[in-house]
Amino acid sequence: MSTMTVKVRVWRQPSPDKEGRLVDYTVGNVVADMSFVEMLDVLNEQLVAAGEDTVAFDSDCREGICGSCGCVVNGVPHGPGTGKTACQLFMRAFTDGDTLVVEPFRAKAFPVLKDLCVDRGAFDRIISAGGYISATTGSAPDGNQMLIGKDVAEKAFDAAACIGCGACVAACKNASAVLFVSAKVAHLGYLPQGQPERSRRVVRMVEQMEKEGFGACSNEGECEAVCPKEVSTLHIQILQRDYVRAVLRGA
Amino acid sequence: MILDGKVPSGPIETKWSSYKDHINLVNPANRRKHTVIVVGTGLSGASAAASLGELGYNVLAMTILDSPRRSHSIAAQGGINGAKNYKNDGDSTYRLFYDTIKGGDYRAREANVYRLAQVSVDIIDHCVANGVPFAREYGGLLDNRSFGGAQVSRTFYARGATGQQLLLGAYSGMMRQVDAGTVKILPRREMLDLVMIGGRARGVLCRNLISGQYERYAADAVLLCTGGYANLYYLSTNAGNSNVTAAWRCARRGAYFANPCFTQIHPTCIPESGTHQSKLTLMSESLRNDGRVWVPKQAGDKRNASDIPEAERDYYLERRYPTFGNLVPRDVASRAAKAVCDEGRGVGATGRAVYLDFADAIKRLGEGVVRERYGNLFDMYMHISDENPYRVPMRIYPAIHYAMGGLWVDYNLMSNLEGLFVLGEANFSDHGANRLGASALMQGLGDGYFVIPYTLSNYIGGTKLEPVTTDHDAFKEAENGVDERVKTMLAAKGGKSVKDLHRSLGRVLWDRVGMARNRAGLQQALKEVTALRAEYQQNVRVVGEGQTINKQLEYAMRVNDYMEFADVLVRDALGREESCGCHFREEYQAEDGECQRNDAEYAHVAAWEFKGRDKEPLLHKEPLEFKAAELKQRNYK
Repeated sequence: MSTMTVKVRVWRQPSPDKEGRLVDYTVGNVVADMSFVEMLDVLNEQLVAAGEDTVAFDSDCREGICGSCGCVVNGVPHGPGTGKTACQLFMRAFTDGDTLVVEPFRAKAFPVLKDLCVDRGAFDRIISAGGYISATTGSAPDGNQMLIGKDVAEKAFDAAACIGCGACVAACKNASAVLFVSAKVAHLGYLPQGQPERSRRVVRMVEQMEKEGFGACSNEGECEAVCPKEVSTLHIQILQRDYVRAVLRGA
Repeated sequence: MILDGKVPSGPIETKWSSYKDHINLVNPANRRKHTVIVVGTGLSGASAAASLGELGYNVLAMTILDSPRRSHSIAAQGGINGAKNYKNDGDSTYRLFYDTIKGGDYRAREANVYRLAQVSVDIIDHCVANGVPFAREYGGLLDNRSFGGAQVSRTFYARGATGQQLLLGAYSGMMRQVDAGTVKILPRREMLDLVMIGGRARGVLCRNLISGQYERYAADAVLLCTGGYANLYYLSTNAGNSNVTAAWRCARRGAYFANPCFTQIHPTCIPESGTHQSKLTLMSESLRNDGRVWVPKQAGDKRNASDIPEAERDYYLERRYPTFGNLVPRDVASRAAKAVCDEGRGVGATGRAVYLDFADAIKRLGEGVVRERYGNLFDMYMHISDENPYRVPMRIYPAIHYAMGGLWVDYNLMSNLEGLFVLGEANFSDHGANRLGASALMQGLGDGYFVIPYTLSNYIGGTKLEPVTTDHDAFKEAENGVDERVKTMLAAKGGKSVKDLHRSLGRVLWDRVGMARNRAGLQQALKEVTALRAEYQQNVRVVGEGQTINKQLEYAMRVNDYMEFADVLVRDALGREESCGCHFREEYQAEDGECQRNDAEYAHVAAWEFKGRDKEPLLHKEPLEFKAAELKQRNYK
């Protein structure tokens, strides 16, 4: 298999309180079947051989479902192409001699910890502010007691497919988390089990989102364009409708 | 020593209910005074943290990842078993129990498996209640599909992302308890030692993976929910961070490691493409519901799949196992794939792959239905292979996927160390020598939602636990030990990277302790592992510093533990002179190449006690009794 050489210009920042900068590296022996994160592995092996500190980046499942990986490649969260995470970006998307500019997800609510690693704890705090159904273990009725139409289950799944990677935030000029929040609001809102807490949930989650420092929706749809699970911005309409209704009702 | 599994007396059907009727309870007002540490937040950890939080315990849940929602349970694709018999096809608690025992080739503990089958129905109900969007029929009822090793449809699923949806369900239950103040999440923390005080597990020593600081946590019980060790083999379907360290550190503190050589090789993974490869990607077993597995009849046939006429294809699973066909258990399907590739009939550039073909299913059901059932899996395949499986058959090959072995636990899920409980894949108890598809999710959630709330209550309610604080000398000793390990690693400036040496270890294990094993190969593996362990100590190179995020350091410490653990795994494979489930010893096979068990000598759990680095571990046995499921040769023909 033919190999290629790429230039990688990557953000290096030792810690949250220190300044970062872009550093240039050259990575050879890159093959088309290599994923983008495997190419970073090769770069890191070069750095180990040179005795230098490796580029820190989060990565776990490497099959696009855990949401760990995430960085901006050539200005786009998760890099070129649609419906995939950085670990599903393959080097066949590039050609010999290309330059890849690699940066962390940037948002006030996602502080950089080191190099490409950011703190996305804000997402967990938003979920803990009502992004659940209060169903205590052991108290559930039979699973078939509640009929849920196939279409409803499918719509709920489409929203629930969000992997919490944060690309939507990184893509938005306002660093808004509204696609992430709306996906959870819609997922639980579609289902009959989610109805009792629907109003309380949306109000609390939106409050927490604002508290974390995410911006307002820009209405430009960049979030959907970069979302690895192609979560639709239609969910944002559901969130807005639910929110307005909940506020008017005084939830 | 003969180990006692502490299985309650009485008929198997009533053991669990009568156990629950007689356990020690903890008063609701007192529960918050008891701290429980949950290490790992996958299905078993998140469900345990959620259910214990609901009961009012003070729970500390830690994960090595940046968020508990990312634990590797999330990658499970196909489904979760539940003995609901919604399909009216003859399923029952007994049948799920029996299929699981048989699937595990009679090397699991009967009572645990029966309990698992009993709680399986409650798991489905609970998951529905907390919002898991399971697949539905048009009428609104839950849909099912079939998985390997069963002749009923009992697998509940959410497209090809069932693990994701179940984990997000358990995670949301846990986050609800964060909201309620009973659970505290500690992300980016790695447990590097277990703290034993007065003969009981009373805490853990962690490294904060952001600051590098050591952190001490004291508790009344420690729940290890840290998953499996498949990454020992370097290439596996596991996530990069999945590792054996937490479990191995407990083993070094005296917890027995049971059946380590029972490592599952999953038949349907995307084949290896080159040395750069960092992992192998699974294609769900559910695909075998509609995909047909085949290779050319002629060795060396290099034609494209579409150019090979029907008469020149060998649908070898359907041919060899007409009753179960493409849905034979994983170990059987993996060995069959290896056999046809060994005969030179493998496909693709490397010849180490077989076809999984959907042409018939697409003809029968239409592309739309196939997309609905497996769309995300097909997309994943396309991303990786750059081929369209709607048009050409997938190429698949077996890969290391799951660890049936794990820390030894009794019926209470407590290890031989008092106060150390082990849940989910990290323990050994339910899957014997081979796990059936869609059973891992069931076990993880069963342990966390429906077993541990009772067994932990029994332990805490029945034990006089003296208060301990993190000032105790045992914490200091643990911290000093960890600090020394960290410093040693950071000082390692040899000639090979951690990855290089990990890859070498994986190669030895895959070649000699993989799908086929034999005495000479295992003896050779033992020598090679010893040599690699020595080389690791002398020649590994670790870069970076300790007081910051340093993923090289984390990795280096984990591989150091693999180097020790691999020795026990090889010895276990060497010592078990029979073939059972995934453990196929070439010396012990029937004429047709199927596994030949030796129930007279090996119907036991092999539990290994660590005796020191480079020292032989000590073997303990727990005899396995089969009363509800009669011991007999597995047959899927």
